[in-house]
Amino acid sequence: MTTIEEPEVRAALPRLNEPAPAFEAVTTHGKLRLADFAGSWLILFSHPADFTPVCTTEFIAFAEIYPELQKRGCELIGLSIDSLYSHIAWVRNIEEKAGVKIPFPVIADLDRKVATAYGMVMPGESKTEASRCVFVIDPKGVLRAMIYYPLSVGRNMDEFVRLVDALKTGDENHVATPANWRPGDKVVMPAPNTTELADERAGEGLECIDWYLCKKSL
Amino acid sequence: MPCVWPDGSLSSSGRLMLAAVGPDSTAEDVAGTTGIPLFRVRSSLRELLAAGFISEQGGHFKQTAQGVEKVKSDD
Repeated sequence: MTTIEEPEVRAALPRLNEPAPAFEAVTTHGKLRLADFAGSWLILFSHPADFTPVCTTEFIAFAEIYPELQKRGCELIGLSIDSLYSHIAWVRNIEEKAGVKIPFPVIADLDRKVATAYGMVMPGESKTEASRCVFVIDPKGVLRAMIYYPLSVGRNMDEFVRLVDALKTGDENHVATPANWRPGDKVVMPAPNTTELADERAGEGLECIDWYLCKKSL
Repeated sequence: MPCVWPDGSLSSSGRLMLAAVGPDSTAEDVAGTTGIPLFRVRSSLRELLAAGFISEQGGHFKQTAQGVEKVKSDD
């Protein structure tokens, strides 16, 4: 017997430094649009499913870093392919059982419109759940960072706060940040793009390993 | 968490935001007055607009006669 295979839908992934895909979605805080977050940084993250163990630990951890993100002018919004009533029941359950109020909105993406636009479903991992994705969107609505974790690994919250700090520092000072950078550490100067600038860099009083790798304090 | 229910009644945050809309308010003004995050204010102002409680011109909002009545009736 001939079997007809269902065609695999391969969604394009969003791209860095391009406008983040616009959306209007039902959330636990009402109907929200991406444009509602204009002017602030935004972390959009997805989780596989409500009422699951790793996701619950992550939601508690996201709630814990939310004040730190707000201090940085950054909002937070979650998403899963679950119903609004499942979300409401789950966040109430987390508050009741763990004593943690979930202060940020959660998108109920049953029609997968947002998950598809952001490439959150990885069919090789699960055809019905979103993977653990994180998108950092800047105040102009530009996608600035993307991180994808597998279903089995809970995320490191410190990294998201560090990432927002690094992006803001880079934007404000026209610099880059080295490996494992933390606020207060030296930052990396852009590499010279002419031999003249490379020659001149030596006299700038920077901490240089060589002409192409120089750091400075802010 | 809509701020306007289908029967036209308002949630507590909906009432707060409608009352905070002055004769020439921006979403930022309402967020500043109420302490409600700007993204939620923008969303709720759309609902209040659709329900006829406020009007908008160029990003500036004011209460309609219906909105004024609603605020009075909730006092």
